[in-house]
Amino acid sequence: MSNKLIELKDLTKNFDDQQVLRGINLDIYENEFLTLLGPSGCGKTTTLRIIAGFEEPSSGEVLFNGIEISKLPPYKREINTVFQKYALFPHLNVADNIAFGLNLKKVDKSVIAQKVERMLKMVGLEGFEKRDVTLLSGGQQQRVAIARALVNEPKVLLLDEPLGALDAKIRKQMQFELKKIQQEVGITFIYVTHDQEEALTMSDTVVVMNNGEIQQIGSPIDIYNEPENRFVANFIGESNIIEGVMVKDFLVEFDGFRFECVDKGFEEMEEIEVVLRPEDLDIVAPEDAKLTGVVQNTTFKGVHYEILVKTDLRIYKVQTTDYAEPGRKVGLSFEPEDVHVMYKMGAY
Amino acid sequence: MKHYKKMIQPYVVWAALLIVIPLILIALYAFTEEGNEVLTLSFTWKNFAKFLESTYVNVVVKSFWLGIITTFLCLLLGYPLAFIISRFPEKTQATLILLVTIPEWINMLLRTYAWMNILADNGIINQLLDLLGMRPVNMMYTDFSVILGLVCNFMPFMIIPIHTSLSKMDKSLIEAAYDLGATPFQTFRKVIWKLSIPGVLNGIMMVFLLSVSTFVIPKLLGGGQYMLIGNLIESQFISVGDWNFGSAISLILAVIILIFMSLMKRMDKQEE
Amino acid sequence: MNVRKSSIWERIYLGIMFLVMYLPIGVVIAFSFNESKLPVRFTGFSLVWYEKLFADHAMMEALLNSLILGVLSCLLSAVIGTLGAVGLSRTRWRSRGLMEYISILPLMIPEIILGMVLMAFFYMLRLPFGMLTLLIGHTIFCVPYILIEVKARLEGLDPFLEEAARDMGAGPLRTFRDVTLPLVMPAVLSGSLLAFAMSMDDVVISIFINGPRLSTLPIKVYTQIKTGVTPEINALCTIMLAATVLAFAAWYLCKKLTGGKEEDEQQVD
Repeated sequence: MSNKLIELKDLTKNFDDQQVLRGINLDIYENEFLTLLGPSGCGKTTTLRIIAGFEEPSSGEVLFNGIEISKLPPYKREINTVFQKYALFPHLNVADNIAFGLNLKKVDKSVIAQKVERMLKMVGLEGFEKRDVTLLSGGQQQRVAIARALVNEPKVLLLDEPLGALDAKIRKQMQFELKKIQQEVGITFIYVTHDQEEALTMSDTVVVMNNGEIQQIGSPIDIYNEPENRFVANFIGESNIIEGVMVKDFLVEFDGFRFECVDKGFEEMEEIEVVLRPEDLDIVAPEDAKLTGVVQNTTFKGVHYEILVKTDLRIYKVQTTDYAEPGRKVGLSFEPEDVHVMYKMGAY
Repeated sequence: MKHYKKMIQPYVVWAALLIVIPLILIALYAFTEEGNEVLTLSFTWKNFAKFLESTYVNVVVKSFWLGIITTFLCLLLGYPLAFIISRFPEKTQATLILLVTIPEWINMLLRTYAWMNILADNGIINQLLDLLGMRPVNMMYTDFSVILGLVCNFMPFMIIPIHTSLSKMDKSLIEAAYDLGATPFQTFRKVIWKLSIPGVLNGIMMVFLLSVSTFVIPKLLGGGQYMLIGNLIESQFISVGDWNFGSAISLILAVIILIFMSLMKRMDKQEE
Repeated sequence: MNVRKSSIWERIYLGIMFLVMYLPIGVVIAFSFNESKLPVRFTGFSLVWYEKLFADHAMMEALLNSLILGVLSCLLSAVIGTLGAVGLSRTRWRSRGLMEYISILPLMIPEIILGMVLMAFFYMLRLPFGMLTLLIGHTIFCVPYILIEVKARLEGLDPFLEEAARDMGAGPLRTFRDVTLPLVMPAVLSGSLLAFAMSMDDVVISIFINGPRLSTLPIKVYTQIKTGVTPEINALCTIMLAATVLAFAAWYLCKKLTGGKEEDEQQVD
């Protein structure tokens, strides 16, 4: 990836006596689709609002192209925002909403009209110029909000849970379109969401946050396959998390057995946690596996069955296309690369 | 929901009997002569003609002018106040708005009387000026005292609707304006002011309505010879006893107000 | 979250405006404790005007009249206003728009015209001017305050609540009594409070319809101001102000104790 565009350095933010951000360090690159992902209250929106200029950080720096901007008011930044509930001006029609920023810059009327038309075409709302924004559907309002932000040709577009208010079907479609728009305009998108699926499908980089701290930064595949700690593993997808010990490189021990794995770089006999994704587990005959247990419950989920297998120590969740009736004794098998070893966390 | 239809019947009877009929009665008075005793239905323009002939036109002009000045001052002073209040945290806002309304709970006459004491030739302000070694200023029984009394009295009716429209405004609209490059002043002009116009129009309507028809405050702060439409109507009914002429003046006042209100309504529609 | 701290200039402006608004009230209170009869200079603290107030029969009678009038017109208009609001918001008939317009007319017509209209009307009906005419008059301008509040509350109400009650077999009267009425009660109360205050404060309409012998408190004050005020009135007003503030405090406490959970949770994220 190309140049660093935004650097967040040791950002903290306090509201009254509550610490919302506890030292955020993050580099954001040109042309990147970056997602801040985390549960509500994790500080992702506050981070976004600091980048936009609506909040000042309590300490730390925000660098934009290497220049500190954390004291710069929002109207002097080359950054535009798509708001959670769109925040379209109810007293202006679609075209005037989109032209708001250009009108302020005293751009020539004919140029404005041209640009507005082009934007409307891009978001698929041709011919909507004179419509009343309050009468548009949620999805349409969303598109106007995106057009209104992008028409100013910002270097960065911030999106604060923009799909939160839409229903499931339109959401899916908008996810696809947002990604397409980002590739078309070729600018950085910083996207805030609590929906892990949204984050994994659209992003180049996912930043998982919790409790005002960054938990992990990585590509969607890394985040999913190699969660760095229990919080990330739990938050992204479903997982079986088991406490264990790293015997040495490529060998891990849990539930009383030693298993091969692909992880290394831990100390010998370090206490760790292991993630086994339910879809990576297979049901086999008891004699073919180290871990054995009894099927407790089987639920049909459409594409696969979800099977709960009770071993002596815990219950494993398995997702498989094979059926196993409750009460049957089974074995659990998995490949070395399916064992994801993580550092152990105290608090979670 | 048929059953509810019965519930409205007593109200309809009430409204028809005590609101509509008396209003029609006034129109009758205005167009008849000597209707003080019996309603002799002889149609006449005489009451309106009398109005035009005399200097009464000046009274209407003066009332109108006073109403506009009062409304303008209330808007000029009240809007910033409502705006400042709307930017406090919600709980503080509720307290401040309560503080705005509390003076209205004190008898209006008493507040006006207090102003008389403050503004009088040997009143509080002049005594203060005297202490400072300055010459006394004559403030009572002038346009100044009347306007001051009116503005102080009707200010809450301007502040509250404006504050309501400002406080229910979505704050993210303001952020959106900043975000799109508007300076604080541009944001106010292009977004906040525009969105508060319904509240402003409401306030203007209320204050104008109250101030154009007032008669107690001008009578007390302006003195006996301070004539406004309200005083004229009162004197026609209570001291002079010419009800027909009084009704005609009321009708003129009502028409002025109706025209004003429909103008305001039209502006409101246009804004939308 | 974006509540900016207000600047010093804003606070100064706020302070000055409140000072001007409260100056007359301060003067009223201060002079109620003034020794001297002349309301220009504070000569010394005294409760003499409070003593005189309670000894003044005419004044006490006017106060009593005002209270009776306020309570009665408030009760009467609560009934009429609530019925009207329920009827207006729950029926769909063609002339509803007109009816709604008429319902707020008493607030839109200048007080002076309303007073004059009623004077002529009662005169035509040969009604003797007195408590009865005052009661009718006050009820006329009190009804809209209750009607507006209740109607707003009804319109914000979930219509399914009533339908659910009907569905469970409650008759229309029972539905009204057991479901609708308790739900709109807060609006009825706050509307009534406002109506009561308006009735206690009204002078313009009352002047036209009070008759020669009956005097309400505002009328008494009005005639006194024209002829010359004794500081008793200041004392009376101070008492009324204290009562109002106490009532507000009680109301606020009630709300705090019963309402409990206000939207305290601030969204951080």
